[in-house]
Amino acid sequence: MTRFSAATLLAKAIGHHKGWPAQWPDAAPKPSYDAVIVGAGGHGLGAAYYLAKKHGITNVAVIDKGWLGGGNTGRNTTIIRSNYLYDESAFLYDHAVKLWDGLSQELNYNVMYSKRGVLMLAHNVHDVQSFKRHIHSNRLNGVDNEWLTAEEAQAYCPPLSIDPNARHPVLGAALQRRGGTARHDSVAWGYARGAAALGVDIIQNCAVTGIRRGADGAVEGVETERGFIATRKIGVSAAGNSSVLMDMAGLRFPLESFPLQALVSEPVKPFFPCVVMSNTVHAYMSQSDKGELVIGAGTDAYVSYSQRGALHIVEHTLAAICEIFPVVRRMRMLRNWGGIVDVTPDRSPILGKTPVKGLYVNCGWGTGGFKATPGAADLLAWTIAKDEPHPINAPFNLDRFRSGRLIDEAAAAAVAH
Amino acid sequence: MLLIHCPYCDEPRPEIEFGYAGEAHIARPINPDDLSDAEWETYLFVRTNARGRHFERWRHVHGCGRFFNAVRDTVTDTFERTYKAGVARPGEADSWTGDTGGIV
Repeated sequence: MTRFSAATLLAKAIGHHKGWPAQWPDAAPKPSYDAVIVGAGGHGLGAAYYLAKKHGITNVAVIDKGWLGGGNTGRNTTIIRSNYLYDESAFLYDHAVKLWDGLSQELNYNVMYSKRGVLMLAHNVHDVQSFKRHIHSNRLNGVDNEWLTAEEAQAYCPPLSIDPNARHPVLGAALQRRGGTARHDSVAWGYARGAAALGVDIIQNCAVTGIRRGADGAVEGVETERGFIATRKIGVSAAGNSSVLMDMAGLRFPLESFPLQALVSEPVKPFFPCVVMSNTVHAYMSQSDKGELVIGAGTDAYVSYSQRGALHIVEHTLAAICEIFPVVRRMRMLRNWGGIVDVTPDRSPILGKTPVKGLYVNCGWGTGGFKATPGAADLLAWTIAKDEPHPINAPFNLDRFRSGRLIDEAAAAAVAH
Repeated sequence: MLLIHCPYCDEPRPEIEFGYAGEAHIARPINPDDLSDAEWETYLFVRTNARGRHFERWRHVHGCGRFFNAVRDTVTDTFERTYKAGVARPGEADSWTGDTGGIV
């Protein structure tokens, strides 16, 4: 692996950027591995990276039915924050935020983590009370979050309209300064490059068609389009298709898959300094380094794997954005797409062991998985390596739907879904 | 946007008139006191989440207001058929001869 530095960049620049080597090889499957990760998104590639880096398990394959980072990793709105209400969630998401800090250095690959702040707008008395409760809860858990008045919010984000006569006036906002955005593709590429350098095989365009289990019930390997691959440990990190893979192992899961749409505007000069989310008006927005406004909202209503959604959802989202930011009303939208998000009944992920020996799962992140990428990857790797969950992800087990010990973040999400 | 055939109004109407109401044919337990934790988990939380033919409930909220069932392919979002609530769950696509609600 070529280590990136100012010197290597300068040397290649002098050579007109010819001769850059491939950053990772497109591997063919071997007959067997110590562990197989299904799903080459940020979570799966990261898990392979941490398995190799932290746990010394390098005979690992990451398999994907499509191309690397082509699922939700490449389709999300790249928002990073950890201002969740409950202790379990705060620890889980803040674990990820701590890893985002320094990830570029760790991977020697610029993931463009930008701590530009996440501003969550309060439009009514309920919002104010709810956000202040979140702020107090976050501060007790060591997660930064602070209250801003409407004027302070506008000072932090000048395009914000705080007109008191607006249909949904801004009464104040919660600000997490460590929150922000990252370059989603770079996260997948950085982990892929790091994992491949440590010996991990990344196998693309190779759909898993079955999970083979032995007489004792434990996993023996995966059937794929390119033949059988033997392994004793399978980590499934397949987002919207998680329940399809669980079904292959004979498990029914508390998951439903919905389309989540996002869109970007034409690029304009930098004017939007942070991420703004509004639960009540129901949309969120930031500006990418390319200058495009990156906009998202809630999911479509029905179960679907189609990776597309309906136009009226987008219209609703844009109506909300124009309501809060009248300044963008005349901008044109450039691209619109959908990804399939797997949603659990309590809107918290399932990250841990399954009833099948050797089968581990990282799913149910719903609409908010990108922010957790390094944390989920690290914890999935730990769980696979030690055959037991880390204390941070132990509460996010499958058993909570039987015991009733849910982590009910449904009302605590940034937008209702 | 989906075009959904309401089996009561007997005409296709745009999706915005409808509300999605989750998986169909999940029967409320007759004997809730006797259910185990595992059975409650299945009833309350576990869903088929089919990739392909999916049985689901819709409600014609801004129309007749009634609940009905539908079979839809979740990969293409194509409706195979809709049928009235209370009608038995249809079998395979080519073998079912029940109430189609006006379309086949």
